Amino acid sequence: MRVLVKGAGVAGLTAAFELARRGAAVTVADVRHGRGGNASWFAGGMLAPWCERESAEQPVLDLGRGAADWWEAVLPGQVTQAGTLVVAPPRDSGELHRFAGRTSGHRWLDEAEIARLEPDLAGRFRRGLFFPGEAHLDPRRAMAALHDKLVAMGVDISFATDARQLPGFEHEIDCTGMAADDGRLRGVRGEMMILHTPDIALSRPVRLLHPRFPLYTVPRANHRFMIGATMIESDGAGPVTVRSMMELLGTACALHPAFGEAGIVETGVGVRPAFSDNLPRVEARGNTVAINGLYRHGFLLAPAMARQAAELVFADEPMELA
Amino acid sequence: MFELFGTPLSSRLLLGTAQYPSPAILADAVKASGTSVVTVSLRREMAGGRAGEKFWSLIRSLGTRILPNTAGCHSVKEAVITAKMAREVFGTSWIKLEVIGNHDTLQPDVFGLVEAARILCEDGFAVFPYTTDDVVVAERLLAAGCKVLMPWCAPIGSALGPVNSTALRSMRGHFPGIPLIVDAGLGRPSHAVTVMELGFDAVLLNTAVAKAADPVGMARAFGKAVDAGREAFGSGMLEPREVAVPSTPTFGRAVFS
Repeated sequence: MRVLVKGAGVAGLTAAFELARRGAAVTVADVRHGRGGNASWFAGGMLAPWCERESAEQPVLDLGRGAADWWEAVLPGQVTQAGTLVVAPPRDSGELHRFAGRTSGHRWLDEAEIARLEPDLAGRFRRGLFFPGEAHLDPRRAMAALHDKLVAMGVDISFATDARQLPGFEHEIDCTGMAADDGRLRGVRGEMMILHTPDIALSRPVRLLHPRFPLYTVPRANHRFMIGATMIESDGAGPVTVRSMMELLGTACALHPAFGEAGIVETGVGVRPAFSDNLPRVEARGNTVAINGLYRHGFLLAPAMARQAAELVFADEPMELA
Repeated sequence: MFELFGTPLSSRLLLGTAQYPSPAILADAVKASGTSVVTVSLRREMAGGRAGEKFWSLIRSLGTRILPNTAGCHSVKEAVITAKMAREVFGTSWIKLEVIGNHDTLQPDVFGLVEAARILCEDGFAVFPYTTDDVVVAERLLAAGCKVLMPWCAPIGSALGPVNSTALRSMRGHFPGIPLIVDAGLGRPSHAVTVMELGFDAVLLNTAVAKAADPVGMARAFGKAVDAGREAFGSGMLEPREVAVPSTPTFGRAVFS
């Protein structure tokens, strides 16, 4: 069976993998000139379904709780299973209680326990929440590794390619995100930054709660920290605004003053594709299956969406897992 | 019937549209609350011109009146520009005017507010000024052309409820004929009942509903609270007294001591 996957973001590559492992001959086509520039490129890479459940509905937890195991099984070594730490400045401690009350999968930490988990945060926060079942990965490294793995499996991945000029496929998977022709989609703009400082070491994503300027930071290799991300009801992909940058940097310094001396290695803006309920959809129409609306949960929900899409494609075919 | 600028409104609850888990939940909350006016911020959603169009069209499809706001504006100029843009985007001259004086507490800059209100009223806007509970500032706003006042009852998003009932009572007493809408600081339905019992004409809130565990249920609760408070105000409440007054005659005692 020949299947065309349109879009080489996280939805497209995970779908390509689930199809290829079931024996399909898969071609991935993306109009972009290479990896990068899509929403996946700017992602945080947190596999944090319990934290997300604070504001997301139950399906995000149900679909996302297997994500860390999926990524670890497919790309051994890419996933760090160290949980998530959630803290709040003393005057916003009410936010911690609100957060704890909205979700599960956590336990309360006192100051000493926070210091044991993250020594660099010692003395900075009196209480926190620890989500031990959560994990994180570096989206760009994971996407590169998945790309290489797919190529090794015989998947053809072409960039700068207009998929309309590729005929002869029995099925199509539309993973084009905001570029999809779907009037129900809206964009939710997210601005992020990558900071570099050898003065701070963190072992896991840390979320700092604040009623207006919540922030998460995800540690990356080589003393880098991804910080993000704003949530703005806009499909504008223009450069990060001064206001957003000040908010992100101000909150980063509240997390740890040493971020004040960090270098700003990169700023980025991605537009998340979302449906009005902020939940993802896998939908079949004719011989096309569309995966879309992953919103702020690309790496968390793509594995489950990819499996659903592959099962739809193979619904009438005998299935053999490779 | 409750009216604002000649428009009859079936509900005395005005609802903000920010911070909901999703636009779908926002739409359900609006419906459950029974509100007939929603407020929407332009400032945050306009990165790149009209890029927020999709969200704005969701707001338009709610079927309520739209009260655009200038949330996040820190100067007269910014607020006036945002108001003009809102008029164009939503086709309404209604504007909830916010000029923020303190970035941290989001306390209104009442001096800039009066100035911006004067400019916008002269330009034909129906201005809903977000102000403090200060009566003198309120008088200046009316002199600047405002026909409605929106005092806070506590800082935005604080959920403290009415922290100074004396000031709110005094405001109500000073401006018997002016629609007064309590804006900001309400945390729970009982707060809304309290200010409605004081005789305020309506309440405007956002965070208390949007950040609730179940925004739709909380929206419904606030809708009922606002109705309850208003009806109580109009029905003549008993004044509290320090001794018990049995509602049925007391038997078996010849003399009350």
